[in-house]
Amino acid sequence: MEEVRLMKGNEAIAHAAIRYGVDGYFGYPITPQSEILETLEELMPWETTGMVVLQAESEVAAINMVYGGASTGKAVMTSSSSPGVSLKQEGISYIAAGELPALIINCMRGGPGLGTLQPSQADYFQATKGGGHGDYHLIVLAPATVQEMADFVGLGFDLAYKWRNPVLMLADGVVGQMMEKVVLPEQRPRRTEREIAEQCPWAVTGRPEGRGPNVLTTLELDPLKMEQHNLHLQKKYDAISAEEVRYEEIDTEDAEYLVMAFGSVARICQKAVEEAREQGIKVGLLRPITLWPFPAEAVARLSNKVKGILVVELNAGQMIEDVRLNLDTRVPVHHFGRMGGIVMDPDEVLGALKEKFNIQ
Amino acid sequence: MTPEQIKKPENVVAQRPALLNDNTMHYCPGCSHGVVHKLVAEVIEEMGAEHIAIGVAPVGCAVMAYNYIDVDWIEAAHGRAPAVATAVKRLNPSRLVFTYQGDGDLAAIGTAETIHAANRGENIAIIFINNGIYGMTGGQMAPTTLEGMVTATTPYGRRVDLNGHHLNISPLLAQLEGTCYVTRQSVHTAAAVRKAKKAIRQAFENSMKGLGTSVVEIVSTCSSGWKLTPAKANDWMVEHMFEAYPVGDIKNTTTQKS
Ligand SMILES: Cc1ncc(C[n+]2csc(CCOP(=O)(O)OP(=O)(O)O)c2C)c(N)n1
Ligand code: SF4
Repeated sequence: MEEVRLMKGNEAIAHAAIRYGVDGYFGYPITPQSEILETLEELMPWETTGMVVLQAESEVAAINMVYGGASTGKAVMTSSSSPGVSLKQEGISYIAAGELPALIINCMRGGPGLGTLQPSQADYFQATKGGGHGDYHLIVLAPATVQEMADFVGLGFDLAYKWRNPVLMLADGVVGQMMEKVVLPEQRPRRTEREIAEQCPWAVTGRPEGRGPNVLTTLELDPLKMEQHNLHLQKKYDAISAEEVRYEEIDTEDAEYLVMAFGSVARICQKAVEEAREQGIKVGLLRPITLWPFPAEAVARLSNKVKGILVVELNAGQMIEDVRLNLDTRVPVHHFGRMGGIVMDPDEVLGALKEKFNIQ
Repeated sequence: MTPEQIKKPENVVAQRPALLNDNTMHYCPGCSHGVVHKLVAEVIEEMGAEHIAIGVAPVGCAVMAYNYIDVDWIEAAHGRAPAVATAVKRLNPSRLVFTYQGDGDLAAIGTAETIHAANRGENIAIIFINNGIYGMTGGQMAPTTLEGMVTATTPYGRRVDLNGHHLNISPLLAQLEGTCYVTRQSVHTAAAVRKAKKAIRQAFENSMKGLGTSVVEIVSTCSSGWKLTPAKANDWMVEHMFEAYPVGDIKNTTTQKS
């Protein structure tokens, strides 16, 4: 029988990483995600699976350790929170340019600047629109439960290797700190050197007899070749957009109004949807699970069915731009958000819905 | 004797290491990078380490080192080579992992990564080219630029009151418990080249033995950045650079002495 355990989202990530067979974790403490590193240090996976865990001197060093580890074909990850993720952006751009599989976790807190320790979703733009320099995309997963915090470690690495692309888990302080029931994945062995060489023929492993040097570089001084590389990346992003969109729809069949939210906020909105329905207002919920690629078709389809869309976020209005871009009709779209680390409650969401759309 | 008789392996006095390929180097005439590349290739070859060597190239004039030495390479972001190498070595302990970095890369933007990798005693070798200037970007001031030295960003000479002092980072690294071997060499004469090669060999062997971090600083010329002919650049280096950066072992806690 499956073992159900109670733990924080951050702890679930640490357990899931060991069980997935991750080769290395590199991180730097920052609230509200330090439990990931702390839990890993406590579990000492180097004694069991052989996983390397290292507290780096900075987020800059940590992301470049990920770049190095991923270059050798190893499954490596890092985690941080908003200010630290800003520091990682140059490295993330390199990892995307080098088409390296890796998992990066941002357990968002309120900003800008040093901001607050409390939860936020204000890094949506940074996560989905690039963040670092150059034309690139990360696959962005938004977990809403502790179970998803655990599951998206495995899903994240699977997608990262499938597409040779870094994956960002965009969590927030709520799912990171919240304790919930979770079923952890089965323990898998780490891949052998041979399996890595087969899976990642590009990996920098030390040149074996019979193959030429493998070089992992993101530099190309010939503009024509650089353009080709960019076109290749864009083609890959198109394929990812076509294949990897994930979202959840709740009560949308007969919905007259649509609420859209991701991560922990989607759960608050789910409660608001239930309350609305008890009051006779037909509301549905669309929760993007991948923020990039964005569930554009679902938005277009549902925009034709409803009288209005309320986008609820812990920010000043970021995902709402993607919602507006993907409408199929001129349905009114409004935003409701809280900032500074304040998390709205279901009543506030319902109140906002009624007010913005003049529902009695 | 016919040419065939002369071309016997036992008669060879000098040859290009097989790992150093035919690609035309992009370095300026007289640049130390080319000589040090050859030494790195020779040492890897002589150690029989071509199948386990992983080089980490910097951002700087040596950014394309991977074009010349036929081993596996990773090109790191500016200054981050020691962090990259840390993960490569920890995840692949059986490999020979080395970084190759300029003074801007190692002692300005990458100071934190350098000091912390060395302090952790990562089992990597760091080849550190100190030419006192930013070669790649067109000859701007480096942390290692000497007082009074004219560069693109110190057109009237480096001034201590404005730009601070030249940074002598190797003795600083030698103070860290994690380093086992810190040496300063040069490649401006045949004798110096031989010594530099021995130092690189020892650094590589140290890292394979797990003795800690080894740093081989090579006091180098940048004739283009210094705006001198290659011969004059060598003279200038001997006259000025060696005073601030004296050649010799700074620390050696290993049993072998170079
Ligand atoms: C983040 C970042 N900042 C700045 C640069 C521009 N840049 C490229 S090389 C370099 C300096 C290189 O000097 P050094 O490390 O001394 O090596 P050299 O070229 O002299 O061998 C700089 C500033 C860059 N590529 N990336
Ligand atoms: S600019 Fe200086 S360091 Fe760069 S290749 Fe030319 S001489 Fe060498």
